[in-house]
Amino acid sequence: MPRLGTHAAWREAARALATTPPEAVDWGWQDRGASMFDAPLPVSSAALSVPKGFDALSRTLMAERTGEGFAVSHALLHRLQAERGLMSRRADPLVARAERVAKDVRRDIHKMHAFLRFKEVPGDGRRRRFAAWFEPSHRIEETTADFFVNRFGDMDWVIVTPEVTLRHLGGTLEMQAVASGRPDESDPLEQLWTTYYSNIFNPARLKLNAMRAEMPKKYWKNMPETAAIPGLVAEARKRVEAMQAAPMRAPRTAAPRQIAPIADDLPGLAVRLQACTACPIHCGATQAVMGEGRPQAPVMIVGEQPGDREDLVGRPFVGPAGQLFDQVAARAGLDRSACYVTNAVKHFKYIQRGKTRLHQRPDAAEIRACRSWLMQEIALVRPRLLVAMGGTAAEALTGRGTGVLARRGTLEETPFGLPVWITIHPSALLRMPDATARADARRQFESDLAAIPDMLKKQAE
Amino acid sequence: MAKMTIKDKLALLSDAAKYDASCASSGTSTRGSRDGKGLGSTTGSGICHAYAPDGRCISLLKILMTNYCVYDCAYCVNRVSSNVPRARFTVEEVVWLTTEFYRRNYIEGLFLSSGIIKSSDYTMEEMVRIAETLRKGGFRGYIHLKTIPDASPELIERAGLVADRLSINIELPTDASVKAYAPEKDPAGIRQAMGKVRLTKEDYSDRTHTGRRRGNFAPAGQSTQMIVGADAADDATILGNSTRLYSSYGLKRVYYSAFSPIPDSSSVLPLVDPPLMREHRLYQADWLLRFYDFSLDEIVTRDAGGMLDLEVDPKLAWALANRDRFPVDVNRAPKEDLLRIPGFGTRIVQRILKARRSGALGLEDIRRMGGRVRAARPFVVTRDHHPGARLDQADLRARFVKPKQMELF
Repeated sequence: MPRLGTHAAWREAARALATTPPEAVDWGWQDRGASMFDAPLPVSSAALSVPKGFDALSRTLMAERTGEGFAVSHALLHRLQAERGLMSRRADPLVARAERVAKDVRRDIHKMHAFLRFKEVPGDGRRRRFAAWFEPSHRIEETTADFFVNRFGDMDWVIVTPEVTLRHLGGTLEMQAVASGRPDESDPLEQLWTTYYSNIFNPARLKLNAMRAEMPKKYWKNMPETAAIPGLVAEARKRVEAMQAAPMRAPRTAAPRQIAPIADDLPGLAVRLQACTACPIHCGATQAVMGEGRPQAPVMIVGEQPGDREDLVGRPFVGPAGQLFDQVAARAGLDRSACYVTNAVKHFKYIQRGKTRLHQRPDAAEIRACRSWLMQEIALVRPRLLVAMGGTAAEALTGRGTGVLARRGTLEETPFGLPVWITIHPSALLRMPDATARADARRQFESDLAAIPDMLKKQAE
Repeated sequence: MAKMTIKDKLALLSDAAKYDASCASSGTSTRGSRDGKGLGSTTGSGICHAYAPDGRCISLLKILMTNYCVYDCAYCVNRVSSNVPRARFTVEEVVWLTTEFYRRNYIEGLFLSSGIIKSSDYTMEEMVRIAETLRKGGFRGYIHLKTIPDASPELIERAGLVADRLSINIELPTDASVKAYAPEKDPAGIRQAMGKVRLTKEDYSDRTHTGRRRGNFAPAGQSTQMIVGADAADDATILGNSTRLYSSYGLKRVYYSAFSPIPDSSSVLPLVDPPLMREHRLYQADWLLRFYDFSLDEIVTRDAGGMLDLEVDPKLAWALANRDRFPVDVNRAPKEDLLRIPGFGTRIVQRILKARRSGALGLEDIRRMGGRVRAARPFVVTRDHHPGARLDQADLRARFVKPKQMELF
């Protein structure tokens, strides 16, 4: 096989040899003195089809230094003609061997992407020019070239390896298979880079084996920063001991955080609410969510608790249930901007399911713990009518939260005599799987909301 | 005072940045400069360009814009009461260093953090200017910006539009520790800032009615870091906090950083060697929670003191404590059960599921597929292997515990 254009040449030959038993073929590299072909190739058989994944794998295997990759690829191709599912059988000794060889090549490719170091050299004045010397373990120059073309698009560069030279000049890539020796160049930036390398290292956490496992010594001689390693290691213990022996300093005593003065208005209440730790829900929440709306609104709409979005935004009724409420209220002729909307419980209670937070109903103790905040809101807004949406709100306002479906559309009272209009919570609509039941419930919810303006009018008379 | 050279500044400001664990440059959108009009590329997976003797990967130029700071966080080398020399990079210096290092293939991009100077907004604006200048100059590499929690939403939005990743450090595992050690920091404010980043990212990824996205906001998501071993928080608390951060704010990663001695340290903190093994176990446990469907109370319980086992990895510890769930038949068990076998990673499990369709697997097959047979052997049944009574042996755990060895350095 030729040193460059290996994959195309191999494919051409393999196409002809697909049905020839692998034992009968001796693959080799052209530059190792292998004669082209001892016997003429058979005429290419009918169009071959290979499963997904084979092309990429064989492409990787081509770069294997000893030529084992050619033989393994050929053996795979040969067996694939009869065994369609072979590629997914990782336990098959041949597939396992191919993957092992490919893994070794891939690692070499990855290390060339990572450890190759460019040095700046004089350019043509239009584009800056850089040169690099790298000694790969496998014949990966062709495979890696694309990475460097895609990454260093606006500069000219030359990558020289002992066997191949890659030239990227004016945006065009050229490859040549020529033997080269290591050039002697330096770049003043190497000193700055070594400064960075030496200082980003934490002497208190030496882990030399972890370093060597990922950056084997064979790469070190062409990486400028590695010259600093022996010194860094030798000094590490001393530096840590010096830190530990140094006199310790007491921290500046910080001024205590300003605690909000107790204020008899809604903004003051909101500030104090943020500090609430009366029940355990606060631990999991981002923030307490205060009600909002017209300060002296005649109607206060009370929902259950903030949901995922309300918890992040810090405002009530902005999530899916809140948006549904807005839609239904608008159709029912209820002007939300004339209301004050809030929740019975101020922090988001949830359980974690994988990466999402699922709403969880607050229990009686939590509703009780939060009730004083709701009562303070009522005292400051002084609404004429309370609307309890769902069981939690009904419980917080009337003391009884059960059987809301039976109670909806009725008027009850708070212990201190304020009227409470009972309806369902819009999130209940969102959860109903049955479309007809959902449409019914939505109509009822809409008629509940539509009744509110009339009730207010009657109250005013 | 003589003017500092860029080398002096680099030494100081990278030294100050080394306590940030993150160096990831993965998970962002794919870009390139094949067109010749810019510099740099990202492929989705990161590249480690070097490794330091502390075993950590060097992928990004990780520096502080300045190590002046008005805060006095006890665990931080840059706190206002610390005696360390101070320095500050100009916008142009950071841009120059990043692109020159990048051109030489030393780095994947920039991780920029900063002490807080003047005000949160002033500091954040300067950091955003650096990232914006890089992008205007055609830089297409990776940018990670550490955001300042109480910076204005407009600045966070600008940051997310030029950076690949945003992060805000939670620093300590409990609100009480933050209040005790970082008096100027507000844990609730940090969470609110994370919430804002999540919401902004979601807003940007929503498609408009024409099916287009508004823009690419922090495509590699957000991450955070917690310091381990500076306060008394146990592993259960730390991992509980992480799972909550993952689910609440959609974090890509929570980094755990073993607290290590710092120069000019504060007297309120311990100066012991960093608990590196504990840090390692936390990462393993974090992995089990995210990719192996373990729940928190399976991995660490308060009854067991709330700490992970330092001698064996958390999956093996779980298997040893739940032997009634084993042996698992590799050729029949569902995916969930395969994922719980010690020595099997997610990729091996995928391979097993595919391969067993065409015939029963033996131990040697599993070894060929890349499974760690030594760890799995007592817990699996295969075509040619049954652990028999080995699972009941009292000394099963001892077989996995390495004999103690003296540290070499």
